[in-house]
Amino acid sequence: MTIETHETMQKHGAPDWVWGAGIAVLAGLGWLAYGQLIPFANWVTAWFPVPRDSHSGEAIAFFVYDVPKVLLLLTGIVFVTGVLRSWFSPEKTRAILAGKRQIVGYPLAAMLGVLTPFCSCSSVPLFIGFVSAGVPLGVTFSFLIAGPMVGPVGLGLLYGLVGWEIATIYLVFGFSIATLAGYVMGKMGLERHLQDWVRELNTGPVGNLPEETLSFVDRLKIGTGQVREIVGKVWIWVLIGIGIGALIHGYVPEAVMLKIMGGEAWWSVPAAVVVGVPMYTNAAGVIPIVEALLGKGAALGTTLAFMMSVIALSLPEMIILKQVLKLRLIAIFLAVVSAGILATGYLFNAIL
Amino acid sequence: MKSVKIYGPGCQRCDTTEKMVRDVAATLGIEVTIEKVSDAKSIALAGVMSTPGVAVDGTLVHAGGLPDAAKLEQWLTV
Repeated sequence: MTIETHETMQKHGAPDWVWGAGIAVLAGLGWLAYGQLIPFANWVTAWFPVPRDSHSGEAIAFFVYDVPKVLLLLTGIVFVTGVLRSWFSPEKTRAILAGKRQIVGYPLAAMLGVLTPFCSCSSVPLFIGFVSAGVPLGVTFSFLIAGPMVGPVGLGLLYGLVGWEIATIYLVFGFSIATLAGYVMGKMGLERHLQDWVRELNTGPVGNLPEETLSFVDRLKIGTGQVREIVGKVWIWVLIGIGIGALIHGYVPEAVMLKIMGGEAWWSVPAAVVVGVPMYTNAAGVIPIVEALLGKGAALGTTLAFMMSVIALSLPEMIILKQVLKLRLIAIFLAVVSAGILATGYLFNAIL
Repeated sequence: MKSVKIYGPGCQRCDTTEKMVRDVAATLGIEVTIEKVSDAKSIALAGVMSTPGVAVDGTLVHAGGLPDAAKLEQWLTV
């Protein structure tokens, strides 16, 4: 009986070539649809009984154009990232970082932070796993900051919605902040501000997982699994973000925007950080807002500062980290990363 | 009787993993006891760095993301 069920279970699931062909066909369809977004948005907007150049007309056009655009982009990026990340694992990353000299460790950790798959609910076990295996504290922070801050999803959406120049600036500065913040915190010798039980935990790596060998189709399956999980979770934030973006695009007058987020208002950079921290969303939710802000003439530095603080400094994340870090260390972490973000904001407002 | 431990802070993925284990065990007709471990220290001591992690009869077999149903089946039958 058991064996019979076992066999039928093994048979379910499509053969490999169906996977390959299916994904190729879907990618082709997605690409075609992506090319038709402007006519599609115009067609949908024309159904509404408001003139195209009114406030509501503009807001509706922004919304109907951005929703399919962001969802298509997001699906593509999450899939590709999921497949690429199947070659990386926290275990491998830890092994690489534990053996490195510190000075190489910081940029390397920031780079691996971008490539290693982990969700925010894993940040505590990951943190302990790294520190107990001898990865220096500062290097661990570089890793933890870079992961959310310079994630491929955020970069891909920035590229698709506001252009490659800003995506590149964001990549370079996000990466630098993660590297430098880790370096600064490493120099400060903060080990005593770890929660006591973390410091005492000197077990080293335990529980070795067997090395998995994955076929290419296995990796494709990981990619589609990621799409189902991540897009299934963030789509609501995407809609909310685009909704806010659409309201800004349609209703906020440029003069008001210049006054509160323009290059002249020196206080707007710290204000953007303060507003950004408690906002709990992700790159997919905040980038449509960024698109609308920039379109209305908000200064680039202020907008970057806002985006970075929303993505990299979230309150729920701090509360999770409270399990392993004493309050003092969380405050230092916040201060160092905020300083990096403020510096980026002022720098760009000054040079542009 | 297999003993399965699921390591995770109690997020949605941990619940889904638990459900998957129950479903696979039921299909195979295997009796399992499931224990969910959500305390950060115990998760770390088990060597789990990305959650959810799964251990069968004391051996860690999986960490990070939802496990594959076919693999779960394999782990439970070994």
